[in-house]
Amino acid sequence: MGKRTIVPFGPQHPVLPEPVHLDLVIEDEKVVEAIPSIGFIHRGLEKLVEKKEYTELVYVIERICGICSFGHGWGYCHAVEGLMNIEVPERAEYLRTIWHELSRVHSHMLWLGLLADGFGFESLFMHCWRLRERVLDLFEKTTGGRVIFSVCKVGGVRKDIDKETLDEIVSVLREMEKELKELTDTFMNDFSVKSRLVGIGVLSKEDAIELCAAGPMARASGVYQDMRLTGHGIYNKLGFEPCVETAGDCYARCVVRIREIYQSIDLIEKAVKTIPEGDIEVPVKGKAPKGEFITRLEQPRGECFYYAKGADSKFLERMRVRTPTNMNVPAMVKTLQGCDLADVPMLFLTIDPCISCCER
Amino acid sequence: MNEKWKVQNFIDVEPAQLVEKVQDLKADGYRLGQVHCTKVEEGFELIYSFDKDHILLNLKLIIPEDEEIMSITGVYWSAFIYENEMQDLFGVKIKHMALNYGGNFFKVSQPTPWNPKN
Amino acid sequence: MGTLKLGKMTMRSLFKKPATLMYPVIPREWQERTRGHIAIGVDKCIFCGICQKKCPTNALTVDRAGGTWTIERMKCIQCNCCVEVCPTKCLKNENMYTTPSSEKIVDSFVGTPPKPKAKPKAEEPKEKKENGEKTE
Repeated sequence: MGKRTIVPFGPQHPVLPEPVHLDLVIEDEKVVEAIPSIGFIHRGLEKLVEKKEYTELVYVIERICGICSFGHGWGYCHAVEGLMNIEVPERAEYLRTIWHELSRVHSHMLWLGLLADGFGFESLFMHCWRLRERVLDLFEKTTGGRVIFSVCKVGGVRKDIDKETLDEIVSVLREMEKELKELTDTFMNDFSVKSRLVGIGVLSKEDAIELCAAGPMARASGVYQDMRLTGHGIYNKLGFEPCVETAGDCYARCVVRIREIYQSIDLIEKAVKTIPEGDIEVPVKGKAPKGEFITRLEQPRGECFYYAKGADSKFLERMRVRTPTNMNVPAMVKTLQGCDLADVPMLFLTIDPCISCCER
Repeated sequence: MNEKWKVQNFIDVEPAQLVEKVQDLKADGYRLGQVHCTKVEEGFELIYSFDKDHILLNLKLIIPEDEEIMSITGVYWSAFIYENEMQDLFGVKIKHMALNYGGNFFKVSQPTPWNPKN
Repeated sequence: MGTLKLGKMTMRSLFKKPATLMYPVIPREWQERTRGHIAIGVDKCIFCGICQKKCPTNALTVDRAGGTWTIERMKCIQCNCCVEVCPTKCLKNENMYTTPSSEKIVDSFVGTPPKPKAKPKAEEPKEKKENGEKTE
């Protein structure tokens, strides 16, 4: 038995885009225990529910995170619509689904880039982000914003996409797919990439269920769990089936996300083919009634909870967002036990941490 | 059933029965979704959400502000995040937590900022 | 072998145009929908103050008596909220970003507020409208 040392990891670290701190107890280069500590950027956004009317709060909720911004906006609107019993027009649901899947494509590509950067493959990182830029251009063209879209509102969406632009989205994505295939081939088959990913940080299916992991983290361990199966949006009509891998290591998590990019492109194409004509919003007036509603959305990072509690006034009494990273931190802490110190950044990246989401 | 998100399933439970109930749910194969707290007139309203096959189940309980509640980290270890969050932001008193940060989970400038009395 | 998988793409990008723009030399192409900055057609503005009330960041100040419409550019988050609520549709979202600055830019526009309805035959306002006059 070697000597135990505590190595601090973060809040400032090259692989961490956001501040989080881990105390790693090391014994002969092996991590014995890890204690996470977050809370460096807690902003208290949920408290703003008392200052903003429910129709205005969507601007705040959208700014929880820059990458899953659209998902947060949709989740919030979905929860309030459920609370107020608003039926959203079908075209709006289609448009929301298209934007949400586009967000997934861009979020996973961003993550692939970060992963490549994490194991030191700089040119792969650059190529991932170069391709991602095309998705951002599509966002700018359809919504007006590259990061914060501000298109979701309670009762529908703010902007419509015409037929030509919808077709353009599909053709751009299909064009992108060709280059993406080369990139993903590198991720899945390159010798040096595989040696950094295969067999690292295995999370067994039992542990994933026990620790309540969410999103790609759970699916990589063989858990059949995807909130798109709950039938929000139009996923029922698109015939959606989650991507599940069984290995549970870093490589499996990478593969799940790569498969989800292709799946999202297919889903967008299907949605574009079947999108109906019609209104894109219903007028929403009056107070939010007393009551409560919980809804869940599959963000790029996993399952996300939105809880809205109305108080028969223009202001909600409580808004709660539970983000996927919250749920994946315990699972990550568990997988860190027994891994090498050099693999800690890799492992940490593969949960796709979003600390801003986590603390709100 | 296609629209599983419409199912809400709010069940009221007594604070004393919470841990027992959570143990039953775990044995049934439920997964912990989230725990959160709302400040209400009577004290705190806690909601524990569980999920099985994409269907929600929510346990709801109301406790007075100075009452201690039993931690569920013995059943679901990953609940420590939510319990520390409630302890830091609202000042909910939770006993026997598996991992207690003692108010330092979130770096807040004043204790229990979301509980207006302090 | 599984090595040098990225070789082809690397070689291609070596001989292709760069993916980035030489930004200040080649200007950026703006999309029609880009939310860049808020512009006002101050002639049409009736100084009702709805935009000021609805603005999520309180970046707008509407002075009804003085007939000024003021925007703090650095506070504005380009959410398009004021454009949607404007009753006369005099606000518009232009697709150019505000220029970066080391100081907080405040733009003020002067227009003519409508005459109060209570006095039907009031005298004409003496000063002529000064449209879009910018003050720092």
